Amino acid sequence: MTATARRPKDTAQSDLQLRMLRQMLLIRRFEEKAAEAYALGKIGGFCHLYIGQEAVGVGALAALRDDDYVICSYREHGQALIKGISANAVMAELFGKATGCSKGKGGSMHLFDATRGFMGGHGIVGGHIPLGAGLAFASKYRGTDQVTVCFFGEAAVNIGAFHETLNMASVWKLPVIFLCENNRYGMGTAFERVAAVTDIVEHACSYDMAAELVDGMNVLTVYEATRRAVERARKQSHPTLLEVRTYRYMGHSMSDPLHGVYRTKDEVEEQKARDPIAHLAGKLKDEGVIDEAALDAMDSGVHAEVEEAVKFADESPDPEPGELFTDVLVD
Amino acid sequence: MATLTYRDALNQALREEMQRDSNVFLMGEEVGVYQGAYKVSRGLLEEFGPKRIVDTPIAELGFAGIGVGAAMGGLRPVIEFMTWNFAVLALDQIVNSAAKMLYMSGGQIPMPIVFRGPNGAALQLSSQHSQAWESWVSHIPGLKVVAPATPADAKGLLKSAIRDNNPVIVLEGEMLYNQKGEVPDGEHIVPIGRADIKREGSDVTLVCHSKTLSVALKAADQLAEQDVSAEVLDLRSLRPLDEAAILSVRKTNRAVVVEEGWPHAGIGAQLVDLIQRDAFDDLDAPVQRVTQADVPMPYNKLLERAAKASPEKVVAAARRVLYLD
Repeated sequence: MTATARRPKDTAQSDLQLRMLRQMLLIRRFEEKAAEAYALGKIGGFCHLYIGQEAVGVGALAALRDDDYVICSYREHGQALIKGISANAVMAELFGKATGCSKGKGGSMHLFDATRGFMGGHGIVGGHIPLGAGLAFASKYRGTDQVTVCFFGEAAVNIGAFHETLNMASVWKLPVIFLCENNRYGMGTAFERVAAVTDIVEHACSYDMAAELVDGMNVLTVYEATRRAVERARKQSHPTLLEVRTYRYMGHSMSDPLHGVYRTKDEVEEQKARDPIAHLAGKLKDEGVIDEAALDAMDSGVHAEVEEAVKFADESPDPEPGELFTDVLVD
Repeated sequence: MATLTYRDALNQALREEMQRDSNVFLMGEEVGVYQGAYKVSRGLLEEFGPKRIVDTPIAELGFAGIGVGAAMGGLRPVIEFMTWNFAVLALDQIVNSAAKMLYMSGGQIPMPIVFRGPNGAALQLSSQHSQAWESWVSHIPGLKVVAPATPADAKGLLKSAIRDNNPVIVLEGEMLYNQKGEVPDGEHIVPIGRADIKREGSDVTLVCHSKTLSVALKAADQLAEQDVSAEVLDLRSLRPLDEAAILSVRKTNRAVVVEEGWPHAGIGAQLVDLIQRDAFDDLDAPVQRVTQADVPMPYNKLLERAAKASPEKVVAAARRVLYLD
């Protein structure tokens, strides 16, 4: 029996889910390659991988329009890829090359593509949360119905900028979604060790804001919750706080250990058993939307795309020396 | 040409630029209903409405960042800080977000934003409310910094700042808001990066900016009584500096640099670096600096006066570079 013969009636739904599966696979394979390239010294500085959290970025971005804004912390390779920046341009940026999406000046933490509404990669924990509200302020001011999604980690919730921004976003009814990716650890510190309120979603009460607690290991759950928040933002211009519970398999950055003093190997393995990619692939196989051969073909395609990105980045030129002094100010 | 206060000159600049471009808006504490802590925004809420004159909570970091985000989204925010003492809370957004956005995005995201408010000491406000921050903000590549001293320059520089596609820091002065001066009507633009000779002279150059212009002018009057002809150069812009104008010390061969800030790593240190490097052979004496004393500002009136730059201190410094004492 072929896969297509058993496909459910709602082909739009299965097409969407297949697309999300491919996107999660692309991020996973991209990040695995980035880790390899980092080990080879081709990528420098800090490099924060998204492996384990793919369902969050993919599910949330599936609920957006192309002209909506996305702004992220420094763990943003995944969202950049899904917002439409090519794997070539992202990998080249990680390699610091002139063909990178920020011309080799930003690196892993500062990916940008203004034409696609991908407004960065920002490196100071919580510092970009007000920027997300500011983008939403601009959309509302100009009378567009664009929505902004601002991704940040749970550790940013302890920063003043988070609270100041949620307050103003609620007072001014800004069309923004504060999407907290709760991966449990700020670098090596478990959230419950440093937070009086560990259910982040409860912070929304302080700011009279809609909120939802979401399973971040299930891409469809993330998609549906984000869709509700997007609707609220686009139609009513109301902000939402989403707490999306997820898990990062890798260390905080490439220079940090996977486990050890702050979490056990068993815990990491236990979480991997809830893998969002395996979960969706299994579901789609059960439903007959995809079979093993088609899944393999999808993975091969993704592999090829990532291999090509590495080749492109490797062969791309460094920025010209004169680039050092450009882009400091607009003329 | 009308006679306006510095406050009303700023108000006129804001009003004209908001009439000219609907993407310009003003955001800050007390700017709307209260008409501005120092009344710079008087009447603007009535004319432009709450969409464009936005009262904020006391949350400098947050609303500065919302301003930066709004600039990323294509608007031209003017962010008012009630004073620069409070803007220190927003430095992360000014330094890490606004100043670097263009560079780290590889030139994709310009940052047309103005951060403005009173800077430096007023009277007896003690340590936390009497600070001049120009050397801090001038240190940062990606920012422009202006510090107008007169009503005409206040209007012309604020208009330039609002039209600039880069982040511009406008340092005003609480003690300047009531000062009156002639201000050209309508389209009066002072380009950023140009100093201005406020008084011609031939024996010594007094370099100043913002509130220290009045200090330097009083010192020049006193020096004139002592048969010393002092030139007074008002920097107006601190980043970029008008290097050619500063090197006009070649004309007098002697310079005194006056500023409100502390001496260590101050603006004056930067000027002395420039002068010694590019005009060394033209100097007849080492450049002298007059600054605030290297202490937090005291409350007591006598101690405060002793801490501040004053005409007497400038006269004494001028006499030293002239070897008169």
